[in-house]
Amino acid sequence: MKNKEPLILVVIVFFTLLTYYLVEPFAHHQMHKHFESEGFAYKDLPSIPKGDAARGEALVMGAGACTGCHAIKSANVPAPMDAVSSAAAYGVNPPDLSNAGAVFDAKFLGSLIKNPAHALMVEHKFDASKGQMHPMPPFYGAGGDINQEIADMVAYLQSIAVSKDKLTPTIAFETACGRCHADHYVKWTQIGEKPMFKRKQDELAFETNVLNYQDSLTKYLGKLPPDLSIYIRSRGEHYIKTFVENPQNYLKGTAMPRVGVNAEAADKVIEYLEDSGDAKRHERESVGRNVMIFIVIFAIFALLWKKQVWRDLH
Amino acid sequence: MAHFTKATSVKDWLNQRLAVEKVEKVMMSEYWIPKNINFLWAMGMILVVTFALLLVSGIFLLMYYQPNVNLAFDSVNYTIMSEVDFGWLWRHVHGVAASVVFLIIYIHMFTGIYYGSYKKGREMIWISGMLLFVAFSAEAFSGYMLPWGQMSYWAGMVITNLFSGGSLHADGLVEWIRGDYVPAQAFLNRFFMLHVLLIPLAIIGLIGLHFGALRIPHVNNQDGEEIDFDAEAKKYLAGDKAGSKVIRFANDFMAKDMMVVGVYLVFFFYLVFYNYGFAMDPVNFDPANGLKTPTHIYPEWYFLWSYEILRPFSTNIGLIAFAFAQVIFFALPFLDKSPNTVPASRRGLFKYWFWAMLIDMIILTAMGKVPPVEPFGTIGFYAALTFIGLWIALPFITKMEKKV
Repeated sequence: MKNKEPLILVVIVFFTLLTYYLVEPFAHHQMHKHFESEGFAYKDLPSIPKGDAARGEALVMGAGACTGCHAIKSANVPAPMDAVSSAAAYGVNPPDLSNAGAVFDAKFLGSLIKNPAHALMVEHKFDASKGQMHPMPPFYGAGGDINQEIADMVAYLQSIAVSKDKLTPTIAFETACGRCHADHYVKWTQIGEKPMFKRKQDELAFETNVLNYQDSLTKYLGKLPPDLSIYIRSRGEHYIKTFVENPQNYLKGTAMPRVGVNAEAADKVIEYLEDSGDAKRHERESVGRNVMIFIVIFAIFALLWKKQVWRDLH
Repeated sequence: MAHFTKATSVKDWLNQRLAVEKVEKVMMSEYWIPKNINFLWAMGMILVVTFALLLVSGIFLLMYYQPNVNLAFDSVNYTIMSEVDFGWLWRHVHGVAASVVFLIIYIHMFTGIYYGSYKKGREMIWISGMLLFVAFSAEAFSGYMLPWGQMSYWAGMVITNLFSGGSLHADGLVEWIRGDYVPAQAFLNRFFMLHVLLIPLAIIGLIGLHFGALRIPHVNNQDGEEIDFDAEAKKYLAGDKAGSKVIRFANDFMAKDMMVVGVYLVFFFYLVFYNYGFAMDPVNFDPANGLKTPTHIYPEWYFLWSYEILRPFSTNIGLIAFAFAQVIFFALPFLDKSPNTVPASRRGLFKYWFWAMLIDMIILTAMGKVPPVEPFGTIGFYAALTFIGLWIALPFITKMEKKV
């Protein structure tokens, strides 16, 4: 009698793969909008000339008036207010600029300084003609060529930031995401990492600060931005990257600004989210390899056993 | 009282008290299986292995899972996934096995349908198998509630709503099932109980019934041949192993089972480590939120075909069609009027019925997941009608079948 087993196997594999294709790639393609990454090139923003860091420093500390709101800890400029008061005043705590030059794209920083609402893609919320001013005022120039002045300031921010190889996932996340998003799997709150407290009173005081900060944020953005603890599993790398590149693509009218991270910082943010939401991925790879080797050996022995037992049966 | 003598060995000691040799013969060495079978006959063993994987991984998960609406999500996604040693492994094994077990169940079912293994004395095998399918479905659904993610919550909402019976408005029944107006703590606790105790007990009992139902009619074979098991067993025991049409359950049949299990486990662990996404819906990695309905709500893939029989119709008709789809497979042995217990390929119109049913259920499965927009709505509607039509046609086309 003809052996039908290979044909049966082909039929089963075919229908299984067909069903898989239909309920997974095909169905998800029908359900979700898909956007390709632009590689964090920010093509819609103008490029900036080469800047001079020394002139930039004078502008950042002086006429640019950056330090009126922003801390620059690496240059020993403290924050004018604590995070909770800042959020009460501006809606969100203005970022410490120590590593802005390493995390954000240079073109984006330039456009941001000149016209924050435009660079952040929140002009639908902040329309100056209707008196809706973005909390960060635009830089109107210090008397010279405004584009050159902006380039100088960006050059200064880049000169004080950590170098590319020293940019850590934590720096990238805290600078780019951490003032709006919590990540409680790594104990991150919008006002910093939650420490261990000896006294319950201190812990409650900290939590009160977080809640007050979140209240300001909710008022500013319309809703509290989500906790990102396992966004790497619920959204995945591709969605997160393309969303961060241009939030308006997926969610027209969202209050989430374009963050303006560069490609390296985006990778670091993804790594941070993986450490939080998929912490055992390296162990999964190594254990997976060992289990596969074990199972293949088991299958070979099972095959040999069958051959031995069935030798007499045929 | 039985007469006991001084034991000559441990085996003898056990034999006098438990008749282990007799048990071994009845259950294994002289439990006769036809020889003309193919690897589809190993699906039962694969299901046993997968159920064992589910049970063992479930026991480990149970040690850390918290059935509390405030803690459940993080106990799964943080405690088990990040803090517990190999907790991620148990969870992925459990999640993937829960999905793959249905693939094997469907292969097992369609094997039975193809070879007519529900006919002529094998009706109870089919019925106990269908009871197992229902129990596994309930087990899968209750387990899906436990991580308390968005899809847990909203699937719980949608499925329990079905019990309102459309125009019957049995809202009291829905509240009774939920223990609340909406899925909440009482709901989570009772589905936890169902998932870890009541339904597994039922499954274990039904597995016993399913195996027991095989004893008298014996396992079917791939040629629809009627075998005289006693005569063939004598032949085997007399030494004519090659000439006999039967083989021992162990080690003969078991050796082939294990070979197929080996191949299956390679596939299974590949999914566990490298392609687990299909079994863990991304939406369920958002914590449950009763104020935020997900854009798309859909069941896991193995429920999609029956979901799509519900969805294209108006509420009441949809519920009736859905109820029909849930119970109609039970009636298969009685709707098939043909006198033949042979593979579908030799059964005239039934051959086409079989492939039409398989393809229709795959279409229903696909349409059950995509949003109900055109052309999917129309395709789903006609696929659902085809499903019902095929079942109505079954007694007529099998009645016309000639004896082979």
